[in-house]
Amino acid sequence: MAEIAYWEAIRRAHDEELANDPMVIVMGEDIGVAGGTYKATLGLYDKYGESRIIDTPISENSYTGVGIGASMAGMRPIIEIMSINFALLALDTLINAAAKIRYMSGGRVQCPIVMRTPGGTAHQLAAQHSARLARMFMSTSGLRVVTPRGPLDACGMLKSAVRCNDPVIIIEHERMYNLKEEVPDEEYFRPLEGAEVVREGSDITLIGYNYSVHLCLEAAKRLEKDGISAEVVDLRALKPLDRETIRRSVEKTHRFLVAEEDEAPVGVGAEIMAVVTEDCFYALDAQPARVHAADVPVPYNHTLEKAAIPDADDVYQSALKVMGKI
Amino acid sequence: MNAEDQKRLLREMIFYRRFEDRTFEAYMERKIGGFLHLYSGQEAVATGVLEMARTGHDYVITGYRDHVHAIKTGAPPREVMAELYGKQTGSSRGRGGSMHIFDPTVHFMGGYALVGQPFPLAAGLALACKHKGSDQIAICFLGDGANNQGTFHETMNMASVWKLPVLFVCENNLYAIGTRIERSTAVTDQYKRVCGYNIPSSQHDGQNIETVMEAAKNAIDHVRGGNGPYFIEFMTYRHRGHSMSDAKGYRNKEEEEQWLKRDPIVLYTEKLRKAGVLSDKDIKAMEKAIDDEIENEIIKFAEESPEPRVEDLTKYVLDDNPDPRWIGPLQK
Ligand SMILES: Cc1ncc(C[n+]2csc(CCOP(=O)(O)OP(=O)(O)O)c2C)c(N)n1
Ligand SMILES: [Mg+2]
Repeated sequence: MAEIAYWEAIRRAHDEELANDPMVIVMGEDIGVAGGTYKATLGLYDKYGESRIIDTPISENSYTGVGIGASMAGMRPIIEIMSINFALLALDTLINAAAKIRYMSGGRVQCPIVMRTPGGTAHQLAAQHSARLARMFMSTSGLRVVTPRGPLDACGMLKSAVRCNDPVIIIEHERMYNLKEEVPDEEYFRPLEGAEVVREGSDITLIGYNYSVHLCLEAAKRLEKDGISAEVVDLRALKPLDRETIRRSVEKTHRFLVAEEDEAPVGVGAEIMAVVTEDCFYALDAQPARVHAADVPVPYNHTLEKAAIPDADDVYQSALKVMGKI
Repeated sequence: MNAEDQKRLLREMIFYRRFEDRTFEAYMERKIGGFLHLYSGQEAVATGVLEMARTGHDYVITGYRDHVHAIKTGAPPREVMAELYGKQTGSSRGRGGSMHIFDPTVHFMGGYALVGQPFPLAAGLALACKHKGSDQIAICFLGDGANNQGTFHETMNMASVWKLPVLFVCENNLYAIGTRIERSTAVTDQYKRVCGYNIPSSQHDGQNIETVMEAAKNAIDHVRGGNGPYFIEFMTYRHRGHSMSDAKGYRNKEEEEQWLKRDPIVLYTEKLRKAGVLSDKDIKAMEKAIDDEIENEIIKFAEESPEPRVEDLTKYVLDDNPDPRWIGPLQK
């Protein structure tokens, strides 16, 4: 076991998969000669050459389409989009093509692509670089959507995504690329389905995904000092969603909240609320809560930005409310 | 070309015309639903180009006006008809319909509804061919209107920079639904539009099948020879409306009649008759055989095929037999 950063974990997954299968290629803006905006492909251009590490023009919709077309002929492209905001330009090929081709061909053609992109607020990047948008992919049939919370999943899930036969959207986070965690030295895979209880507790369930898992973990530590035992569930996969793990946890703690960095309307939190209501409504002993961003475009100003985005204290306060302590 | 091949090509074009006419009838009988875009008038383009390709080996992709492209590529006509009928035996198992015919067994990689979406997909198929070091190419058929999509420009650029083995075939029928080309497009000669991407291109008569074949041969040789993409434009015309609900109020009778005189089947029949390859009697016999085949083979198959089962509604969304090593469950 060695401790590595999130970006190194992604780089390692790329490297191992490129070495494993000559059909794996990587495409994106500045991923080759420049080594990648977040260093996720650093050094791979020199190692695998320009036919496999492909620097693309700034044409998100069409280079994603090129990746999809290549995947229909047996390739395994890993497509990087610099920011989820720019992925909006690729929604036609991702949602109208990749997500639909298996179905509308009656299962005869598949599109095993991986699209990786950071989604989330970083440091004062303002409204056009701070989108989250996980919900948009989560609501599309025909896609898999995963949100690795740390290096272990970042490497293991990317490797699984490359080998899986479905289009997989991997949503990372700008503030997680330097986050460290121990990972096995030998090759390993992490599954693309299944939520994970990352901290056991008995009084309340804090549900998060992507960066908000870390907010939940921090809040759980503070709650412990107040004598409240919080369980933390990382959704890991937004699509397909692991309803079973959510239900089991809520039936155990009888209280929950869900934390997301996105705006609330029609969001991941709203979906989790619906799932709990449908699957285990009578297990609830208290009104649940959503912790989420303010319903505003993300502002530039540091103080305003902080106010717009939930932090660990918001999760903590919200948990106290659910517990009836405030 | 020898007389046998000429006769076969004429027969193919008549077959495609009759096939499309028959789908029109089936649509009126409500056996076929959704949108239905017919190819009548443009047959020489797909027939001529694909005659010069290595069908079954090369990749072919197009838009929603796709029945003829699929059949000429090698998709069994009865499976295409069954798809229009929404049957489980259809090319796409009844999940796609008229606009989404797929047959990967012959490398027909689909019909697509999103105008312009096949451009990048075709470039991707070509990238795969190049990557594998094979001599396959990708052939993308689209209309004139599609060239006003962003994907056209983005893809031409990438195909050129990466020297991809892809042939873009522009079927310029002068209209995008009801908008005539001059009203939507600054440069009406489509082949000129790829100059800015350094892609060689040319424009040809799309109504004369032998002209189409000759032009297509040069273009395909260029692409297969490792020289990068080629863009070929054929001037053509669709006789029918854009789709079933089109009253064609945007076109005038004189124009339509002019183009009817330049119908690819009329022109080729005339040519072969004059050359003594075919008599009127031969043509009558040919038409009769085609109609029998369509009725007794193709329509019968579509009519008698089973519907998809409702229990299978959620099949084909994701891989139905995923490998648990990649999917889970998560080991606790
Ligand atoms: C992205 C997109 N916009 C609009 C439409 C609606 N639409 C369908 S066909 C068509 C015209 C396309 O014309 P052209 O490319 O010349 O092909 P043709 O129908 O003439 O063969 C339009 C606007 C669509 N299918 N996709
Ligand atoms: Mg047109």
